[in-house]
Amino acid sequence: MIRSIQPQVLWTLGGILVALIVATIISQWLKRARPDKDYGELVQRVNSWWWMAGIFAVAVALNVNIAIGFFTFLSFLALKEYLSLIPTRRADRRVLFWCYLAIPIHYYWVYDRWYELFVIWIPVWMFLLVSARMVVIGDTKDFLRAVGTLQWGMLTMVFALSHLAYLLVLPERIGQTVGGAGLVLFVVLLTQLNDVMQYVWGKLFGRHKITPTVSPKKTAEGLVGGVLTTTALAVALAPVLTPLNIWHAVAVGLIIGIGGFLGDVTISALKRDLNVKDSGSLIPGHGGILDRVDSLTFTAPLFFHFMKYFYY
Amino acid sequence: MAKLLRWIFFGVIARFVALIVLGLNVRHRERLPSGGPCLLVANHNSHLDTITLMTLLPLKLLPRVHPVAAADYFLRNRVLAWFALKVIGIVPINRARSRPDEDLLAPVKESLGRGDILIFFPEGSRGAPEALSEFKGGVARLVERFPDVPVVPVFMHGLGKALPKGEAILVPFFVDVFVGEPLHYGGDRDDFLRELRQRMDALAAEGSFAPWV
Repeated sequence: MIRSIQPQVLWTLGGILVALIVATIISQWLKRARPDKDYGELVQRVNSWWWMAGIFAVAVALNVNIAIGFFTFLSFLALKEYLSLIPTRRADRRVLFWCYLAIPIHYYWVYDRWYELFVIWIPVWMFLLVSARMVVIGDTKDFLRAVGTLQWGMLTMVFALSHLAYLLVLPERIGQTVGGAGLVLFVVLLTQLNDVMQYVWGKLFGRHKITPTVSPKKTAEGLVGGVLTTTALAVALAPVLTPLNIWHAVAVGLIIGIGGFLGDVTISALKRDLNVKDSGSLIPGHGGILDRVDSLTFTAPLFFHFMKYFYY
Repeated sequence: MAKLLRWIFFGVIARFVALIVLGLNVRHRERLPSGGPCLLVANHNSHLDTITLMTLLPLKLLPRVHPVAAADYFLRNRVLAWFALKVIGIVPINRARSRPDEDLLAPVKESLGRGDILIFFPEGSRGAPEALSEFKGGVARLVERFPDVPVVPVFMHGLGKALPKGEAILVPFFVDVFVGEPLHYGGDRDDFLRELRQRMDALAAEGSFAPWV
């Protein structure tokens, strides 16, 4: 069953399309006008944005169940990338298998609109199960590291990201037509634009390093410029896609701006600890899945609980 | 019938496992052969090694690609033998001589003579997960006979974690595949083996992999 796509969602997707066309023209023009400089990665990056935006738009706009399936697969990719990156113990192969198995079960609670189980399945049930399964295997060497890294991965890659999916199944509000797809589009679009804006502001005006040990290219100017731009966009887009009033839209803009920054540097800290530059090579020009969903691991649960508290 | 099954197995099932369940990060894909005869030489940690290597090559080459595998293991019962010979399309070789003058590599030489692309694991068996063991001499004796055939070394990491020897449950991991420059036999078996081993170690050093314990 494909439901009719709301005009607000279509307008927003149209806006993304225009932005992508502009980005493509600029990157191609830069490549031709300045052949002395290497813009190959920029072109690749924009190219990958087309793919990501296309897949995301199709998944989210068409049908709730397709969208839930899409986020299930996204969590699978993110957890797989994380588990391939971190040191795991041979003894824990079967524990990892259980963690993978927990993903479809977790998203089933979303499909079933079973909120109580959705919020405790990973932080309570899987938390206990992972420890228990590991203890039964009985290898105590590096136990704390193994159990800790696995729990962190489950919470970040599966639980945190899955809040995007639960936005889709929040109950309908009287008088509001856009629904869950609008909320997902809103938070994902703002989070990704926030990343781009912090980068652009940092490139143009960046002077003062803000996280010198974790991510030395991040600057205070980039952060402030990005957060302000994101807040302005949140105020502009909120009436189109969400039930947010203007003051709540300002608050959400600040939350997404700052949360996105924190998610980004958190994954940077992980990569720095493991001594890798990119988390993977799945997305040409961007790196791995974690390099792209890093900010969402913070903004998705933060935005979700803001909405849940004030509106649902 | 067997041809169709083989196409479905490698075109659909193997590609689903390699690209969706696991996920490949292939470096230097352009060094892979575009036709035979050729020898793909890889490290061996898992049954998934063959499946992964087969999916690296385009489907139109599938009728030409055959893994060299141990007859005593893969032909040990009729069902497995049918699957190994018809679907996987192995070139079976014996690991021990039944007669003192038996040429164990005869079936492989015949296949190379036909212009096939062969997958060869010079370690001889899967061994401990994510560890490279000593190369056996067979690969050198083979290229001695076919000095014009290019030998492409391929190093893979991650498959021994996903499905190591003796385990039945597949646990997904991203897999690194590093393809090396083609290598030719120079006239001396020991030199060739040393060179091949060096190339493989250099490929392994392109990634930084912690030992898996």
